Amino acid sequence: MKILVAVKRVIDYNVQIRVKEDGKGVQTDNVKMSTNPPDDNAIEEAVKLKESNKAKEVIAVTIGEEKAQETVRKALAVGADRGIHVKADSYIEPLGVAKILKKVIEKEKPDIVFMGKQAIDDDCNQTGQMLSSMLGWAQGTFASKVEVKEKTIQVTREVDEGLETIEINLPAVVTCDLRLNEPRYASLPNIMKAKKKPIEQLIAKDLGVDISNRIQQLKVEEPPKRKGGVKVANVAELVSKLKNEAKVI
Amino acid sequence: MSVLVIAEHDNSKLRTFSLNSINAASKINSDVHVLVAGSKCDNVCKEVAAVSLVKKVLQSDSANYENYLAENLTPLVVELAEKYTHIIASANTFGKNFMPRVAALLDTSQVSDIVKIISEDTFVRPIYAGNAFATVKSNDKKKCITIRPTSFDAAPTSGGSSSIEKIEAIDVPNISKFIKREETKSERPELGTARVVISGGRGMQSGENFKLINAIADKLNAAVGASRAAVDAGYISNDHQVGQTGKVVVPDLYIAVGISGAIQHLAGMKESKIIVAINKDGEAPIFSIADYGLEADLFEALPQFLEELNKLNTIQK
Repeated sequence: MKILVAVKRVIDYNVQIRVKEDGKGVQTDNVKMSTNPPDDNAIEEAVKLKESNKAKEVIAVTIGEEKAQETVRKALAVGADRGIHVKADSYIEPLGVAKILKKVIEKEKPDIVFMGKQAIDDDCNQTGQMLSSMLGWAQGTFASKVEVKEKTIQVTREVDEGLETIEINLPAVVTCDLRLNEPRYASLPNIMKAKKKPIEQLIAKDLGVDISNRIQQLKVEEPPKRKGGVKVANVAELVSKLKNEAKVI
Repeated sequence: MSVLVIAEHDNSKLRTFSLNSINAASKINSDVHVLVAGSKCDNVCKEVAAVSLVKKVLQSDSANYENYLAENLTPLVVELAEKYTHIIASANTFGKNFMPRVAALLDTSQVSDIVKIISEDTFVRPIYAGNAFATVKSNDKKKCITIRPTSFDAAPTSGGSSSIEKIEAIDVPNISKFIKREETKSERPELGTARVVISGGRGMQSGENFKLINAIADKLNAAVGASRAAVDAGYISNDHQVGQTGKVVVPDLYIAVGISGAIQHLAGMKESKIIVAINKDGEAPIFSIADYGLEADLFEALPQFLEELNKLNTIQK
């Protein structure tokens, strides 16, 4: 079984986001970047399947500028076998990303595609579902447990009401929730070894798919600032304010 | 042309987020049609037909739609999409699951999780977990949109009597199968939709101490939340986590107890209407966004809080 994992380079989740003064986006210069958190879960799950001999090969793929390779390199350091970097210099919407991934998949023919359920930058939550749909495959989104069988996967999904279990035919796309597993850290020897693993480079605009953006970002703003509230002296005052001033209890 | 809302239901009752979607849809175009795809879902259709903002209900009844598997629902929505300018659903796990499949087949770039409608093609949506808001214009002919339910009021459930049109079910790909659903059993309201949320952080010091939080939650009919620090420390299970990597909540009242207010936590709760912070560190960042801050030892404050609540004659539920 062959597994493809899609990873994205995003602003690290611990960084305080700053909106640019011209309203054209957020500050990314000199900002710490890392792998989108649930993409780490996607890599972990793929590597675990390899370790349990269910998967033969794990390929990590990313789309983005030159530095996006770092995310692939990190995936290689925790156990992926080889990488693919599709070079693109500007933002591509999930629709375009899905089309690029479809191209890669038509060549690599994986049995399972894993990726994070959502990227923490644009928060779209679309790519996995779009890819699955374009391929005519089944999907298991928000996966918190997967059990790979011969021709199917059983996926337990984190849904609003609780947990849902579905069984989907292979090949399939599975988008990973943070609860799926505990991503490992790369050891130093493995980081060194990963430097020797191959990363193939492709150019997004040469793949023959329409990746033009359909959505114009008119402006980006800071969220409305909450005005600092008051400090109360004691619990009795707090309860009284909640009851009589805020009228919420 | 009209707009189409995809209803979420359990085949017997409409889920309330659909009412928020219907209201949002009506702000784009008043000719709102609602698709109810399900199995033996007559009651849901009647419920939707009674919503005054709805102009027409489309009912498609088939065992294939019983568990709203995305692979089965998508072909039906794609076929219907031809007659509509906008396809709308709520941005919860229902809408997030199938809408991108529909958008992909229509070659449309979906606009996810909108919180405001500026015009029929321009919307506001949070990015970076609500740390920034983007105003975006969709240039696609057909628009696939998911709306953040808590940002739009629910449509009134009465006053309407729209027609119910039966739609033939269409072939499904038979690549996915529903096995089971385990609903979280809790006496308390769901974290994502609760009117009141009380959360504990690392300051709780142990899982055992969450009983102080639970007692107040019971009194206020609140959901119990937690910061990532509390979850990572093993005080409480993952599904209680509020924050960028957990749940985003927008209750009327959010009470943060022993939570310092890391960016990652604030991203999940700072849109709450009223925020209360109880923390012994007067410099904790949580105080800068709290409407009411109480600088106190939580182990003294929480029992007093419960006592004061017990003194009240009435408490809103």
